Amino acid sequence: MTHPVSTEPSTHAPPARWTVGASDAARIATFAALIAVLGMPGSIAFFGNAVPITLQTLGVMLAGALLGAWRGALAVGTFLVLVAAGLPLLAGGRGGLGVFVGPSVGYLVGFVAGAAVVGWLVERARRTTLPGVVVACLVGGVLVVYAFGIPAQAVITGVPVETVARLSLVFLPGDLLKALLAATVTVGVVRAYPPAAPAARR
Amino acid sequence: MSTTDVATRAEVGSVLHRAPAGAKLVGLAVASGALLLVRSPTGVLLAAVAVLAAYAAGRVGPRAAWSQLRPLRWVVPVIFVVQWLTLGPAQAAVLSARLVMLVALAALVMLTTRTSAVLAAIERGLAPLGRLGVDVGRVALVLSLAIRSIPVLAALATRVRDAGRARGRERDVRAFAVPLVVGALRQADALGDALRARGLDD
Repeated sequence: MTHPVSTEPSTHAPPARWTVGASDAARIATFAALIAVLGMPGSIAFFGNAVPITLQTLGVMLAGALLGAWRGALAVGTFLVLVAAGLPLLAGGRGGLGVFVGPSVGYLVGFVAGAAVVGWLVERARRTTLPGVVVACLVGGVLVVYAFGIPAQAVITGVPVETVARLSLVFLPGDLLKALLAATVTVGVVRAYPPAAPAARR
Repeated sequence: MSTTDVATRAEVGSVLHRAPAGAKLVGLAVASGALLLVRSPTGVLLAAVAVLAAYAAGRVGPRAAWSQLRPLRWVVPVIFVVQWLTLGPAQAAVLSARLVMLVALAALVMLTTRTSAVLAAIERGLAPLGRLGVDVGRVALVLSLAIRSIPVLAALATRVRDAGRARGRERDVRAFAVPLVVGALRQADALGDALRARGLDD
C-alpha cells in the first residue's frame, strides 16, 4: 500500500502532472480536518501576545511527521484554504480572510513550510524513532514556523523584530512541549497502526 | 442556481451581498494593498471613511461587524502600546488603525459572502493552474472531503475523550491524541478505498 504523491498523468485529458491519488487525497483531507479539530477544545490565549496557543500546531507537526513532506504541506494548505473561505477553524474560533492580513499570517504560512520540513526530516530517517521525530518537530514545527511568523508580525505591526522575538519567547516552552508530544504521538501511532508511517513505506 | 434563490438574496442582501464572490475577493486584495500604502494620519482618516462607506453599502450593522473584529480586542491594545513605546504615538495610531481596517475589510467580505461561494471562487481562481498541469478537479475533491471530515473527526474526538474520561485519563494528552490520530488514519484509508471503489484511480 504505497501511495507517494503521484506525478503520473491521469487518464483524462488534459494530462495533469500535479495530482494526488485517491488514498492521498483522503489522507490530506482527513488531516486538514484533524488540524481543525485539534484547534477546537479551548485555546489558551496569552494576554501579552497576538497569537493564541492550542493543539493546532500539534496537528501541523503530526501532518508532516505522518503524511510526509508533500502531503503534510498539502494538508496544512487545505486547512488554510478552508480558513480563508470563512470557516471558523483557527484556534479560538477565528477564520476568514482577516487572519491573512492580521499579525499572525506569518505563522500560518510557516505552518505549511513547517509541516513540509518535519515531513522531509522524518522521511530521511531509516526508522521512526522518538529522538529523530523530536528533532524534526523542533526544526520544522518550531524553528521554521517562528522564522516565518516573527518577521511577518514585525512587518505588519511595525514593531522591531527583536521586540517581537522577545515577546514570542512566551510561546517557546509550550511549543517545545508540543514538539515532544507530537513525537511521542507519532511513534505511538506508527506502533499502533503500521500503515501510518510514510517513511517506512518508501 | 434557481431564480427564486436569486430573488430571495436580492430582497435580503445589499449590493455587496449580490456581487460575485470572485469580484469581492479581487476587490479585497486591491483595497488591502492600497491600505498598506497609507502612512499619514489624513490618509488613515480618508481610508476609515471609505471602510465605513463600504459597511453602509453592505448594510452590515455594528453588531455583525463586532462579531468579526472581536478577536482583535486584546491584540490591538497590546500592539498599540508596544508601537507607542518604540515608534511614538502618531505612528502607533496609524499602524493600529490600519490593522483594524484591514481586518474590517476582510470581515466585510466574509459577512456578505457564503462560504460555499468563496470556495467556488477559489476553485475557479485555481482553474488557470490546470494549464500548468495541476489537477484542479482533485483540489476541489480534497477541499470538499476535508469539509465533510470535520464533523466526523469532531465526533471521533468526543468519543475518544469520553473513553479517556471513563478510564480516568482525561488529563493525559497522549491518551487522547494517539487514538484520535489512529482513528483519523483508519477513517482516511477507508475513505481512500471507497474513492477507489468508485473509480477514482490512484
